[in-house]
This record gives sequence, structure tokens and C-alpha cells, in this order.
Amino acid sequence: MVEQSIYPNYPKDLEMVITTSQVNFFYGPTQALFDISLLIPAKHVTALIGPSGCGKSTFLRCLNRMNDTIPHSRVEGAITINQKDIYAPGTDVVELRKEVGMVFQKSNPFPKSIFDNVAYGPRIHGEKDPIRLAEIVEQSLQQAAIWDEVKDRLHANAMGLSGGQQQRLCIARALAVGPKILLMDEPASALDPKSTMRIEDLIGELRTNYTIVIVTHNMQQAARVSDYTAFFYEGSLIECDATPKIFTNPRQKQTEDYITGRFG
Amino acid sequence: MMTNNTADKFILLALRLITYAIVLVIGYILFDIIRHGASALNWQFISSFPRRSGAAGGIFPAIVGTFYLVVGTIAVSLPLGIGGAIYLAEYAEQDRFNTLIRLAIVTLAGVPSIVFGLFGLGIFVLFCGFGPSILAGSLTLACMVLPTIIVASEESLRAVPKGFRDASLALGATKWEMIRTNILPYSMSGMITGSILGIGRAAGETAPILLTVAAFYLPRLPKSVFDQVMALPYHLYILATQHPEADRIRHMQYGTALILLLLVLGLSLGAILIRTHFRKKYRW
Repeated sequence: MVEQSIYPNYPKDLEMVITTSQVNFFYGPTQALFDISLLIPAKHVTALIGPSGCGKSTFLRCLNRMNDTIPHSRVEGAITINQKDIYAPGTDVVELRKEVGMVFQKSNPFPKSIFDNVAYGPRIHGEKDPIRLAEIVEQSLQQAAIWDEVKDRLHANAMGLSGGQQQRLCIARALAVGPKILLMDEPASALDPKSTMRIEDLIGELRTNYTIVIVTHNMQQAARVSDYTAFFYEGSLIECDATPKIFTNPRQKQTEDYITGRFG
Repeated sequence: MMTNNTADKFILLALRLITYAIVLVIGYILFDIIRHGASALNWQFISSFPRRSGAAGGIFPAIVGTFYLVVGTIAVSLPLGIGGAIYLAEYAEQDRFNTLIRLAIVTLAGVPSIVFGLFGLGIFVLFCGFGPSILAGSLTLACMVLPTIIVASEESLRAVPKGFRDASLALGATKWEMIRTNILPYSMSGMITGSILGIGRAAGETAPILLTVAAFYLPRLPKSVFDQVMALPYHLYILATQHPEADRIRHMQYGTALILLLLVLGLSLGAILIRTHFRKKYRW
């Protein structure tokens, strides 16, 4: 067991799906994360907030090992997902990423049809049966609340969709692989208010079945969609607690300064 | 203020004239070749064998020879060049060894074509024992176009947005799955276009084939890749400078030049068609 004291006082009956303890991250000689110890509860939404460059996206990308692609980067400390150390030697990154889906800041559908976008994940994981694929595609698009808008043009190019639709398509594409955890890196920062609202509603629906970790610049968004909030500053985790607590009665002065808009 | 405006107009005019001058030069070359070559051009010229050392008859074997060389060059250089480009763009780290590789590629692009010819003679014709043959000639031409193919392919691989790569990997694709399904299809048009333009240039080269494959006068078709062939650029060179009747067979020379030009233009046109096809299929 890790020391209890480094983690916030979450309710005892919460099931923790992700545990990170004393995580350091380096881009070459530059240290970007310092000693991050954080628990992420299952089937809740955890928001990571903080000013630009505070390390919240870097931390998020450690959780599905997307940082592996950055040359000369290095992780220290332990990150476990469902009690498994994901940085242990011999870890199958493909299996990890099937378990932990990701949605990016800039919507990035492939320049293929809507159907092929959603079917991409299942196909590379070996699903060939066209009937089964069609089921997965419909189910995923339904879950991402975009089915009604695209069901008549599944074979049209995904690039023809609006920005908000593209982002929901990317969410559907991530869901199609069957993850338990969804990482979202500022999923609505490039969208108009109406599309943003749709994404936020969608997060509200998905939280019943998925563990969601969302990075956001927008503090109102964090307050609206998340159950727990972690505040990062200059590569360190300053405070982590239930969202209402963070926004009404933070323990740390730095958190209060940030959420009241005194900096950041 | 007035002076600034005038200077601007002057610059625009100057740049425009320079551009027109380029078009003029190309236009004149084309016009000259077509004017003199068109009269020689007929079905018999294209489809029959040469007679009297090329002073009469057609240039059919040279067309076939150049065609085989182009096909052979493509078959050798495309897989090698594209493979190398994938390695450099997707796998290689920016270390000293790979800087050396890049330097080698740039240098290779600057090597004079006659040096490639001599290299081909030394390595493929003599050392490998292929003799003067389609195989040796294609390999030599392939070496010559490799830098063009690698540079064009690497650029078009790098042009694929990072978002596609991230999305593939995040969905659990392995690196090769990512490259195969979400990089190569989008960069294919750029790779093929750049490669064909490079190969088109090589098709018109004389020096590399001079010592490795081209026959002075061989009025029959090759039976295997180990046979020599006639080739258009070399045939043109012979007709224009080495032929005893050079002065009296101008129409044959221009006709050959025209066919060679059409062949290269045809390759370029093919490249453009391929690009349009892929652009329509994958746009972002």
C-alpha cells in the first residue's frame, strides 16, 4: 500500500482505477512533472486544471503512454491501472491503449468515411465480421450522441462534418475499441459554445459507464462536468479534492488564487 | 509613398518578365522539336525497326528499350526509395549516424550522371557479371533516381498531420499498423508523383546507360533482362553526333527527340493523374 497521506481524503468506498505515485516526467533534461501522486476514481469524472504549461496534458499522456513517442523522454515513479503497473517491462502498450482511450484537443478524424473512422480500432484489433462491425459502429455513434446526425451518411467523408460533430465522432471512434477509461485533452477548447455544451452533456452521460479524466483550461467547464478536480501548477500537483470543495473552499492558497482568476 | 508604390509595380513587372522568359525558352524548344519532328512522325517510324544504321526505318527497338528501362528502374527504385524514406521519416532518430545518411543522400543527388554510368559499369556490368544489360542499366538508373525518390517520399510522409498518428496510436495501433493504415495511404500521392518525375528525368539520361546497357545499333527486341537494348536518348545522341549521315537525317533526329519528349511528358501526365486521384480520395 502507498502512504495514505500523499493522497486527498476521498470517500472510503470509492474504487480507485488509476493510481499514480511520485511520478516524475522528463523531456530530455527538462523535468515537466514533479512527484505527482494522484488517485482517479472509477466511473467518475476527474478534471485536471491549471495554467498553460503546468503539466496537466503531459500527465494525461502518461496514463496511456502516449509520451512514449517523444524521443528522449523518461518517466519515473509508478502508475497503475487496475492494479497493474503500466510502465512495467513487458507491458503490452496495445492492450493498455485498448483499455484507455483518448480524445485530443484538435479533433482528428481520419480522412476516410464516418463508418471507417469508427471501425478503424476494431479492425486493427482483428474484427472482420461486417455485421459485428456495423453493430459496433452504430453502438459507438449512439453512445457519442451523433448517430442521428450521421446515420444517413455513414459512408461520407468524415472531413465534411462540423468541428463539434468531428469531435463527437472522435469520441465514438475511441469508444468503439471498448475502453474502460477515457482520457480527454481539452476536448472542447476549439469548439463554439453550443458544440461545447453538447460535449459536456455527452461527458455527463458517459460517466455512468466510463472513468473519465479531462484536461481543461476552462474552470467553469471543470466545475460543470467533473466530480473531482486536481489543480496542477508548474509541474506539481497542488491540490486534489471533490470539485465543489476545490471551487468553494480550497485548502491551498495557490488553488484559490487560480480559481478566482488572480493568475493563470 | 509614391516611390514605394512605383517600386512595387516595378518588382512585379520584373518578376513577371522573368517567369515569362522561362516559359518562352521551354516554348521555343518544344516548338522547334515539334516543327522539325512532326514530319518524321508516323506509324511506321514508331513501329518499325531501323535500317541503314538508323538512317532509315523506325525507332521501335529504342522505344521498347527505354520502356523496359523505365519499368526496371521503377521496380528497383520505388521499393528501395520508399522504404528508405519510411525509415528516415518514421523510425530514424536525429543522431549522428542518420545525419550521415542524409548527407550521403544529398551527395548522391549531386553526383554527375557519367559517374553513375562508370559506377554501374564497374559494379553491375563487370563485378556482378550482368554484362551490358537491361538489368545493369535499370540498377544504374535506379541508383541515380534514389535520392529524388527518398527526398520526395520523406517530405510527403512528414506532411501527414500529427493528429492522424496520435489518433492511430491511441486506438492501439502498433507503429507499423499506424504507418500502413494512416500514413502511407495519405502520402502515397506525393511519393508516387515525386518518384515518377524523378524517373522521367532518368528516362532521358544518356550517360548512365551509355556504359551499362545501350546498344549502338541492335535491330531486334531483347529476350531477357540480360540482353542489351537500344534506348531513345542514346539513339538520339548517335544519330545527331556519331552517324556518318548526321546532316542528312535531321528529320530522324527530331522525330526521336519528339518521341523521347512525349514519353517523358506522358510520365509527368501520369504522375499528375495519380496525384489527382489520391487527392480526391483522401482530402483533409
